[in-house]
Amino acid sequence: MSNARTRIFQRLTAVERPVVDLSARESLSRFAWDKEERIRRFTERMQAVRAEVHVSDREHWLDKLAEICQAKGLNHLLLSPNTEWGQAISQNATRFPTLKHYDRPIEAWKHELFHEVDAGLTSTLGGIAETGTLMLWPNGDEPRLLSLVPPIHIAILETDKLFSTFAEAVQQQAWAEQGMPTNAVLISGPSRSADIAQVLAYGVHGPKELVVVLV
Amino acid sequence: MSTEFRIDVQKALGKTEVRAHFRKAMDTLMTNRRNQFPDDAALQALRHQAQAIRANALSKLPELLEQLEAKLTAKGVQVHWAETTDEANQIVLSIMQKHQAKSIIKGKSMVSEEMGLNHFLEAQGIEALESDLGEFIIQLDGETPSHIIMPAIHKSKEQISQLFHDKFPDIPYTENVDELTASARRILRDKFYTASVGLSGVNFAVAETGTLCLVENEGNGRMSTTVPPVHIAVTGIEKVVEKLSDIPPLLSILPRSATGQPITTYFNMISGPRQADEKDGPTEVHLVLLDNGRSNIYSDPELLATLRCIRCGACINHCPVYVRIGGHSYGTVYPGPIGTILEPQKQGLKVHGELIQASSLCGACGEVCPVRIPIPNIINRLRYDSVRKDTEHTPTFDAGTKRKPLEAAIWQGWSWSASHPSLYNFGGTVATQLRGLVPNKVGAWTNVRTAPQLADKTLHQQLKALGVDHE
Ligand code: SF4
Repeated sequence: MSNARTRIFQRLTAVERPVVDLSARESLSRFAWDKEERIRRFTERMQAVRAEVHVSDREHWLDKLAEICQAKGLNHLLLSPNTEWGQAISQNATRFPTLKHYDRPIEAWKHELFHEVDAGLTSTLGGIAETGTLMLWPNGDEPRLLSLVPPIHIAILETDKLFSTFAEAVQQQAWAEQGMPTNAVLISGPSRSADIAQVLAYGVHGPKELVVVLV
Repeated sequence: MSTEFRIDVQKALGKTEVRAHFRKAMDTLMTNRRNQFPDDAALQALRHQAQAIRANALSKLPELLEQLEAKLTAKGVQVHWAETTDEANQIVLSIMQKHQAKSIIKGKSMVSEEMGLNHFLEAQGIEALESDLGEFIIQLDGETPSHIIMPAIHKSKEQISQLFHDKFPDIPYTENVDELTASARRILRDKFYTASVGLSGVNFAVAETGTLCLVENEGNGRMSTTVPPVHIAVTGIEKVVEKLSDIPPLLSILPRSATGQPITTYFNMISGPRQADEKDGPTEVHLVLLDNGRSNIYSDPELLATLRCIRCGACINHCPVYVRIGGHSYGTVYPGPIGTILEPQKQGLKVHGELIQASSLCGACGEVCPVRIPIPNIINRLRYDSVRKDTEHTPTFDAGTKRKPLEAAIWQGWSWSASHPSLYNFGGTVATQLRGLVPNKVGAWTNVRTAPQLADKTLHQQLKALGVDHE
């Protein structure tokens, strides 16, 4: 153990600690929003930050997605062939842009990922209505950069996983109890900045467009 | 009376255009924040909650730091401890040397500013490149941040346009913000692509799960912590919270207080390096925990509140002093009210003691602070520290160094006379009689003001005349 560590701890433990009243800490904000209201709020928030939200369902989402890809003139779509969504898309590959799979470590195809992918498609762990937010837990199938490097990010969100607040999601999905993945990320719109004279600009470092398909 | 601080303030006050620019920017930020909290009762409840979360974490700080270290280590993150900024810089350097890295790409980190990391690395022949758009802009111009959230807020669109054109002559001159942003994206994408080390700060570190949380809008934080094979996170030891369930309330109040956004575009939670079944993410993650005076602040029950800060910048946005003098006049890493209380505690009253005088104690900072830090009280406390005699009772560096024997004697005399009514009344009456003798120049005060005049009757006499029985 380093000396710095020892000395820091010596100082921190040498003093009398304050007693803290924890009652205020436990109040969890809740909203009695039904599913329809959650969808309405989610959509409103997302659209306010220039994200696209398309409402669909389990029967029609493939059609909707094909339509979106066509409208955007995509040449390539990066996805995992192993998720429920990826499987269905792969089986209907002729209706979609050229499908690419993130099936190797980044080092093996970094150039292609950075320069030759138009859009990345991911599933989501759920959404948050209050703030218009997607929750992603990237993994081996859907790695971290899938939702970050391509200029367009298309995400599929199941409406029965749409929570009112982040606090509720963390609690009901038992994030702490499960243990956190190496990376979890909340996404609430396309990449943006107001660093130049407070003028909003999109697509600074992450995707310029965020497209959410609700099923 | 022409200290560096005063000279800088004078200069800043003379720049009418920049001042107008700051005024407009701060007005927008204040309005945006207000719009996020339409229900005052809900806001106050949330502030109490955020305060309790941070205060609780501080009350268990050593235990939580141990827990955080154990959790992160178990997941393969390498945890380093630094007492001083020098030590922190050396740690970063040795990691870079181990990987023979010649450059580092940085997400936004105020702690790295505190460390002076960029200068340090450059002296070692290592390029440190800022990737946050605002930080990138000021780095191009060789400046430091003028605000902790919006580092380039002092620059106008025209200045930035000219700067881009000067530094990248092949980019045509444009005042179009989208085009400027696109140029920065292109330049920095290449850097992300090739960088072997990425650096970031940390907004919150969760002890329970061993998770480093980062708040950002641009995606450069995610890029810096995901694309390069090595990620180094630097943060102060006070940033830890106990539980994962402590995060949602803090995330709810931070961006709303800071920029008036309901939430930032990205909230990035990192709990370990790339695992065997993953295809991207850094293969090595380091966390550098910096003390740099924090444990000293920790030892005082009143000053401890300073460490609750979640660096939202709301106190800065609402400060009537900051809006007039701008961020650079402070001459410190952290400007505005938070800088005013933090910097003298970290670097001593001799270096930055003057900052605590530059406050009208209007109270705006304390009212908006999401974790309810009583900033005006702490300013007062530091003023007291600077002149107090019993300096062994405060951890503040250079306490007592502003104490002047004459001033101390005057106040002692005042306090003595105020506790002896007949003497006090006599003194008051004499003062009113001699009111004509007050000079019209009394030091610096009368440089821009007229001298105060004593009334011809004391307050006691006036009240008596009105029939108020003061005894
Ligand atoms: S002192 Fe309070 S208002 Fe100021 S930056 Fe820190 S948390 Fe925000």
